[in-house]
Amino acid sequence: MVAGLIAPSRAPDSVPAGVPAPVRGAALSLRDVHHAFALRKAPLPVLDGVSFDVEPGAFVALLGPSGCGKSTLLRLVAGLEPPNEGRIAVDGAPLRGPHPSRGLVFQDPTLYPWRSVIGNVAVGPEARGRARAESGRVEEALALVGLSGFSDAFPHQLSGGMAQRVALARALVNAPPLLLLDEPLGKLDSLTRLTMQAELVRLWQDKGFTALLVTHDVEEALMLAQRILVFSDRPARIRADIACDRPYPRHREDPGVVADRRAILDLLGTA
Amino acid sequence: MSDIALVRADGAVRRPAFLPALASVAAAAAWIGLSALVALPPDLGDFGFTRELAIGFAGFGALLLAAGFLHPGEAGLVRRIQGWSPWLVVLAGLLGLWELATAKRAWLPMPFFPPPQAILEVFVEDYARLADSVWHSLRLLAGGYALGALAGFTLGVAIGWSRNVGYWVHPVLRFVGPLPATAWLPLAFFVFPSSGAASTFLVALATGFPVTVLTWSGIAGVNKAYYDVARTLGAREGFLILKVAIPAALPHVFVGLFMGLGSSFAVLVVAEMLGVKAGLGWYLQWAQGWAAYANMYAALAVMALACSGLITLLFRVRDRLLSWQKGLVQW
Ligand SMILES: Nc1ncnc2c1ncn2[C@@H]1O[C@H](COP(=O)(O)OP(=O)(O)OP(=O)(O)O)[C@@H](O)[C@H]1O
Ligand SMILES: [Mg+2]
Repeated sequence: MVAGLIAPSRAPDSVPAGVPAPVRGAALSLRDVHHAFALRKAPLPVLDGVSFDVEPGAFVALLGPSGCGKSTLLRLVAGLEPPNEGRIAVDGAPLRGPHPSRGLVFQDPTLYPWRSVIGNVAVGPEARGRARAESGRVEEALALVGLSGFSDAFPHQLSGGMAQRVALARALVNAPPLLLLDEPLGKLDSLTRLTMQAELVRLWQDKGFTALLVTHDVEEALMLAQRILVFSDRPARIRADIACDRPYPRHREDPGVVADRRAILDLLGTA
Repeated sequence: MSDIALVRADGAVRRPAFLPALASVAAAAAWIGLSALVALPPDLGDFGFTRELAIGFAGFGALLLAAGFLHPGEAGLVRRIQGWSPWLVVLAGLLGLWELATAKRAWLPMPFFPPPQAILEVFVEDYARLADSVWHSLRLLAGGYALGALAGFTLGVAIGWSRNVGYWVHPVLRFVGPLPATAWLPLAFFVFPSSGAASTFLVALATGFPVTVLTWSGIAGVNKAYYDVARTLGAREGFLILKVAIPAALPHVFVGLFMGLGSSFAVLVVAEMLGVKAGLGWYLQWAQGWAAYANMYAALAVMALACSGLITLLFRVRDRLLSWQKGLVQW
């Protein structure tokens, strides 16, 4: 155990001891999910009969106009709120509240300001009472997002992009079979963004989790996902379900990518 | 600061190390002058400790002079003394004014405004009783404050966390809390078996109310997203309370502890004056009864020092626990 506390390198095949073998991704199924928020005057419908299935280990991107209900959908899948109507099941079992097997990277990093960077990443293991046993994984997750040098910094000393990477590491440390990502790269500069996109793909291929990625960036969806769900304006319903099975690594200039991009932008523009 | 090299327009580097040294020498001169003012003109009354006071002031002046000639370099104390030099000059001026107004010219009516040497006399001759009073006050305060802070904190967390506790406790708190703790004094002194127990209760009450309210508002104001994050990571209720709600509320809790400390001082002094026949409050009362005004000022000075010291201590603890926060109020 002691020997493997610090990840010696970032090569995919040198996984330190204490890190479990790659997890199988979870299967996700939504059936006719409706959700509305009770506002003072009238209920605000946000999700309007959303149904889809995700195979274990798939990478799915969710695209849609701002305010259509993408974050709400992820909160429901995470189990933070029950849907008003409809059924959400993971690996065939209906949801009963949040669970560490479903990690959520929030749109806002929401780091705990009183905890150092490493303390923030260690919240998952601590909350599950496994802080000691999994300290190696904490270090590894931090190295994965390239912030090993900042483990003792406090959140107010980080840039917006660094905070987002810490939030990503915090979700990864639990090695969840289903990872929900709410615009996790939104605040990164374009260069770091490209690196992190490649890193996400590598991570996903490596660990085998199922990924649900919300993004505004059509190109990002095309670079990362095997399937893209395009949502309508609020209340959100699925307008298009686009398969996207090019091999990785993908290239932005690929004529197929360029064509898909135009098609999706057209779809969003007329939404 | 004195070691920062200034670069002049012509590029030459100049070290302004002489400036603070000069200020220090000025302070030394002021204190030695003050010593002369105490020693040379005759007193208008019979004060025992005039010589000793003059020697003390002169000694302090000599120390300042020495500090002025030492290189500030790494020595923190010398640098600190030099930093305070302007203040020390003003202080010497004020003490000189006081000395003039009392012992030397008697501009102020005599028994009510004793000169500095009379205060020194109290410190030297009544040292034991003063120390004993400080000890009694601190013991009473520590017991009551710890009790009140602990109870207030627990209650605040419970109200902030549990709707049920809030439902039952909130009305009571709203009705009884704003009552000044001193209003309970007559009741407390006959309900409790001893005046010590009654005073501890009163101090605890004075501390508890602000600590409860601020802890509660701190817990109620915690960003809900903090809980969502922890819950998706596998946290249960215990973790949410101890590792999320309480740390997030801690800045508020410290405001409550600070306010509680202030009101506990007030209650302590009153309780000592009226019930417990010990402590600094009692000493003040006793001194007034015997028209021992010098003792009264001495006790006031000790009290100011003690209260200020305790608040400094509280702020130190806070700075240590909340080092992650930006822009803390400095005490
Ligand atoms: N807790 C809430 N109470 C009331 N209304 C809410 C709540 N959360 C979200 N909404 C509303 O639901 C709608 C969808 O919000 P949501 O955050 O899911 O949008 P989004 O698709 O993630 O948008 P963006 O891309 O801008 O992040 C919005 O109109 C928002 O005002
Ligand atoms: Mg959103």
